[in-house]
Amino acid sequence: MHKMHNTTAGRVFDVFNFIFLGLVGLVTVVPFLYIVAGSFATESELATRPFFIIPETITTDAYRYIFSTDSVLRSLGVSVFVTVVGTFISMILTLTMAYPLSRKTMVGRNFILNLVLFSMLFSGGMIPTYLLVKSLGLLDSLWSLILPLAINPFNLIIVKTFFQELPRELEDASKIDGCSEFQTFWKVMLPLSKPVIATFTLFYAVFYWNDFFQALLYLTDTTKWPIQLLLQQLVMVANVGLGDMQEAMLYEPPEESTKLAVIVVATVPILIFYPFLQKHFAKGVMLGSVKG
Amino acid sequence: MEEADIKYNQATPDKKQSVFSRIAKEKWLYLMLLPGLIYFIVFKYFPMWGVLIAFQDYSPFLGFLGSNWVGFDHFQYFFSNPDFLRLLRNTFILALYDLVFFFPAPIILSLLLNEIRITLYKRTVQTLVYVPHFMSWVIIASISYVFLTTSGGAVNELLQTLIGREINFLASPEWFRPMIMGQIIWKETGWGTVIFLAALASVDQEQYEAAIVDGAGRFRRLWHVTLPAIRSTIVILLILRLGNFLDTGFQQIYLMSNAMNRSVADVFDTYVYFVGITEGAFSYSTAVGLFKSVVGIVLIVGADRLAKKLGQGGLF
Repeated sequence: MHKMHNTTAGRVFDVFNFIFLGLVGLVTVVPFLYIVAGSFATESELATRPFFIIPETITTDAYRYIFSTDSVLRSLGVSVFVTVVGTFISMILTLTMAYPLSRKTMVGRNFILNLVLFSMLFSGGMIPTYLLVKSLGLLDSLWSLILPLAINPFNLIIVKTFFQELPRELEDASKIDGCSEFQTFWKVMLPLSKPVIATFTLFYAVFYWNDFFQALLYLTDTTKWPIQLLLQQLVMVANVGLGDMQEAMLYEPPEESTKLAVIVVATVPILIFYPFLQKHFAKGVMLGSVKG
Repeated sequence: MEEADIKYNQATPDKKQSVFSRIAKEKWLYLMLLPGLIYFIVFKYFPMWGVLIAFQDYSPFLGFLGSNWVGFDHFQYFFSNPDFLRLLRNTFILALYDLVFFFPAPIILSLLLNEIRITLYKRTVQTLVYVPHFMSWVIIASISYVFLTTSGGAVNELLQTLIGREINFLASPEWFRPMIMGQIIWKETGWGTVIFLAALASVDQEQYEAAIVDGAGRFRRLWHVTLPAIRSTIVILLILRLGNFLDTGFQQIYLMSNAMNRSVADVFDTYVYFVGITEGAFSYSTAVGLFKSVVGIVLIVGADRLAKKLGQGGLF
C-alpha cells in the first residue's frame, strides 16, 4: 500500500494490527477445526478434553456409523437433489425472465418490472404462502423446497441489468442474420454471460444447500428431510437418533462425535466449492451495488 | 445509453405499429417471459391475495370463500394482547443491538485490513474471515451448541477453570441477545468488508501522498482521506438497514430460541411461525404478519425518501 514515513506510534499500531487480524482469522476458523478434529475423536476423548485441534486417537467410527444409517445418506441425497434441480430451475427461470425484461422496447415491460419490484417490498407472508403450498398439494413434496422461492427478485434484477448493458449491436446483427429472439438469447447473449451465470448458479446453489426453513415449514415426512434439517433436529432437538430403535439397543452409537461428523458432512460441499464461492460471490456483491 | 435507445427506436419503426403487432412480432420474448411471470403470479401474488384471511376466521375446512369475515378483530386482539408489546420490544432491541454492535464491525475490520501492507497476509485473513458467511445458520447454531453447552462445551469448561462457575448461555434470557450478536458478528463481519474494501481500493493513491506532503499523520489520513472514500457506502448501507429494521434474522433466532429464553427471543417472524404453523391460528398469525409487512413498507419507503434527501439517489 501507500508508502509513508512511519512514526513510532504508527509502527506500534502496525504490529498490533497485524497480530489482531491474525487473531480474528484464527477465531473464525478454530471452531471449524475443533468440529473436524472432534468428529475423528473417540467418545472418551470428547468427554475428557474440552478442546483440541488434533485428536489423541483418530477413529472414523462416527463416519462409519452415520453412513451405516439410512437417514444421513438419504438426507444428503435429498439435499443434492434439491440443490441440483433447484439451481437448474432457478437459473432457467431467472435467465429467461431477465432477458425479455432487459429489452426496453417490449410492450408491458414496465408493468412487469413493477410487479417484480413490488413483490420485493411486500409479501403475503409465511402463512398465506404456506396455505398456497398446501393447496397446490406440495406439502411433503420436495418441490415445496424448490418452487416457492425459485426466483430471487434481487438476482433477477441484477441479471436483467447485466443483459441491458450488453451492446445492442449484437442483437441487431443476429436479427439481421435471421435469428429469432430466442436464438439470439441462446446463441449470442448466454455465451457472453458466462461470468454472471457462474455467479448466480453459485448463489442459488448455496441457498438451496443451506436452506432448512422451507423444509421445516413444508415437510413433516422425516424421510424427506434435507441434511440441514436432520442436523438441526440431531443437535438441537437432541431426542432424535439416526438409526432405528432396534439398532440402538444392540450397540451404543458414538453420540457426540456423530453430531460433529454430521456438521462436517453438511459443511464439506460448501468448503469444496469455497474458492469459487469467494471469487464469484464478491463479484455478485459488486454487481448488486451497481443499480439497475 | 439514452442516445442508443433513441437510435434503436428509430431503426425499428415499432412506435407506428399497433400494440398487438408489436407483441406478435416479439412473441418469443413473451414466451420466454411466461414461466417467470407465472412464478411471480402464483408464488408472490396469490399469497398477497391470501393475506385477506387476516380479516377472516379462516378455517381450512370451510376454505377461503366459505370462511366468515371478521374485519379487524384479529388486529384488535393482537394490539391489546401483551404479546404485542413483548414482540415489539424484542424486535426493536435486537434491531438496535444489530445497528450498534454489528453494523460498525465490517467498517472497522475493513479499515484495519486496509492498513495491512503485506498483500499475502491480508488476502489470507480475508479468505479466512469470509468462510462463515457461506455456512448455513443450522451449521452456525450447531457449532454454537457444541461450544456453549453446559454439558462439556469448551467455553463452559474454560469458564469453570477461570471463574469457577458455568454460564448457561443457551437457556438464559439475559444471554440471548449477546449470543445472537456474537453469532452474527462472527458469521457476517468478514463478508461485510467486501463492499468497503472495494470502495477503499478505488481511493486515489495520490491523495495519500498529498496528505503526507501536507504533514498529515496516520490518523488524520484515515480521517480525511480513507473515511470520506467509504462514507457514501456507509450511508447507503445504513439507510438500507433502517429500511429492513424489523427483519431480524428469522432462521438464526428460531434456531437459538427455546422454552427458556422465549420471553426475549420471540420476534414477529418467529411468533407468526409458532402461532400459525404449530398452533394452527392461521388468520390471527396472518394478521400479525401483515402488520409487520405494512410497517416494513413504511420503513423502506421512508428510507428511500431519506436516501434521496441525502443526495444518495433513491434505493430503487
